[in-house]
Amino acid sequence: MSPASTSPSPGRDPLVAVDDLHVEFPTNRGVVRAVTGVSFSLGRGETVGIVGESGSGKSATALALLGLHRGSARVHGSVRLDGQELVGASDGLLRSVRGGRAGMIFQDPLSALHPHYRVGDQIIEAYRTHRGGSKRAARRRAVELLEMVRIPRADRRVDDYPHQFSGGMRQRIMIAMALSCRPDLLVADEPTTALDVTTQAEVLGLLRDLQAELGMAIVLITHDLGVVGEMADQVVVMYAGRVVEQASVESIFSEPGHPYTWGLLGSLVSLDRPRPDRLLAIPGQPPSLVNPPTGCAFHPRCPHAETVGAACQHEIPLLLGTGAGGGTGPGLGNGGGRRVACHLPVERRAELRPAGIGTTSEEVGS
Amino acid sequence: MTLLEVEGLTKHFPVRGGTLIRHQVGAVHAVDGVDLHLAEGETLGLVGESGCGKSTTGRMIARLLTPTAGRITFEGRDITTLGERELRPLRRRIQIIFQDPLSSLNPRMTVGTIIGAPLKVQGLLTGAPLRARVEDLLRRVGLGPEHYDRYPHEFSGGQRQRVGIARATALEPRLVVCDEPVSALDVSVQAQIVNLLQDLQNDIGLSYVFIAHDLAVVRQVSDRVAVMYMGKIVETATREELYRAPRHPYTVALLAAAPVPAARRAAPRKIVLHGDLPSAENPPSGCRFRTRCWKATDRCAEVEPPLANTADGHLVACHFPVDGREAARQT
Repeated sequence: MSPASTSPSPGRDPLVAVDDLHVEFPTNRGVVRAVTGVSFSLGRGETVGIVGESGSGKSATALALLGLHRGSARVHGSVRLDGQELVGASDGLLRSVRGGRAGMIFQDPLSALHPHYRVGDQIIEAYRTHRGGSKRAARRRAVELLEMVRIPRADRRVDDYPHQFSGGMRQRIMIAMALSCRPDLLVADEPTTALDVTTQAEVLGLLRDLQAELGMAIVLITHDLGVVGEMADQVVVMYAGRVVEQASVESIFSEPGHPYTWGLLGSLVSLDRPRPDRLLAIPGQPPSLVNPPTGCAFHPRCPHAETVGAACQHEIPLLLGTGAGGGTGPGLGNGGGRRVACHLPVERRAELRPAGIGTTSEEVGS
Repeated sequence: MTLLEVEGLTKHFPVRGGTLIRHQVGAVHAVDGVDLHLAEGETLGLVGESGCGKSTTGRMIARLLTPTAGRITFEGRDITTLGERELRPLRRRIQIIFQDPLSSLNPRMTVGTIIGAPLKVQGLLTGAPLRARVEDLLRRVGLGPEHYDRYPHEFSGGQRQRVGIARATALEPRLVVCDEPVSALDVSVQAQIVNLLQDLQNDIGLSYVFIAHDLAVVRQVSDRVAVMYMGKIVETATREELYRAPRHPYTVALLAAAPVPAARRAAPRKIVLHGDLPSAENPPSGCRFRTRCWKATDRCAEVEPPLANTADGHLVACHFPVDGREAARQT
């Protein structure tokens, strides 16, 4: 059960170890299983990209990592940050972890920043809650942090209000706040989704530089495979609350193994590939989580469900290792062992994968 | 044949101020002298970042907004300043699809009523023939007659966009302005809608002005592409030309910034634009992109570059256009 047994660095626990995480919400219409059995582990300086469409459970996973689910949500499984268990931890412990050893940034910085307080005061407050110290020292730190995220004239802008900044700058202020106590882990939930493409490139570049400098691990939640390609070392693809594929970023793009991942890559218009006459859309709609399809949740939309037969409708496929380096342990590590939850026979996957998805796409257009 | 011709299209929104007496203190130059043309059956992609004026341009073309200056000629007729009454017959010819289908569909009407409304308002059909026609329209966009009596909230985002498309095409228009029609949708559904728009174009011969911030989506649907920055067109070319050999530094930067689904380690180094968009109330002198451009010189601040022909039909507004080899190095 210990993730240490599959850890890439022997004799040391990974910094972040998520094991068999479940999140459920009881509702009038039944239990919504938002997250079912997500596991991954992450070392310092590494990034895992959790990718999926709306309702796939990726944001519920992010919130569960830092104990942010409230009220009726039921969270099981284990999330350990440097060996410390966070699932079921006391509010006091969680409060000291959040903003301290672990930071979080959200899609919409305007809703995360208080409109009535100067950005400097908001950074100072967060910093002093965890580190104490004088106001003067905290203010110096706030200016330093704004400089770190490349806000021009930081010593003056520290006294401005959130509305006086552009969207990209607000996102950088939120990053400054999340990093104020030099966290080991940064959870970033769709951090660039609301930004323009040129601003997005700037913010992603900043996050990469800060990660190289500070060595934090990043859990990046996104619906955008392009952002995953820019940032991630390993990738977790979620569908209807479950992991359908988990692999290194290279192998997700060069040899995707799950028909849903093929569909996502085929649906995506991308400038690194020649323009197809027609996109390979996935038919149908993402499923309801109250009443998900039986068996493999993707089977009603899967073009290969008939190849396999009844198993797809009746049995939930296990997330199993395939190919070189494939392991079955709870942690993936940075070895790139690929795991896929699909009933298709392993040896037939390469042949069934649509043309233009996978290795072939890297050679063209570069 | 030219379907749509836009010359010098301009929209300034007044900015009001003053403590006791409100008066106009300035103007946001949302769109500033845009020239465009569109042939029958063609798709023109209009691409740019938020605030560049692309949606305002689209709304003026659909005549939901009246231009401050300039001229819109549609099917050979000047439609720039038509009043409400004269606009009604025009609505049969020009329609618009919005980004957020939920806010553009009345939540208290059934989908059948929503799609049938244009046909009813125009006095074309009522009763049983209207219902039959709406059922046909539902089928054409990949829904079915069983959806007729349902309400918008019962549909997923992709299905709602199909309803919006059915409504916009109910009158068999010639031109549909698509304003970010897929950017709020999940990736797997985005592709379905893009394919549907292409099928409709082939089946009923539509022309599109396709507005989007996503360069890859624009490449997928457009025959020609115009790139906007701060209310002006900075470059326009055929799809092949624009993506193969972009000439304006802004276009080059936009293309370089678009993340591609490939492991970063395999991807080449990118150029990144620094700084934010200048204020649209007080745009930079000369070339508006110069404050973020790596090629800018004094001349760029003094003289505004005109949108000029560089090669056959490839127009660029830049004093120092990027050549093909330079672009290849930088993207």
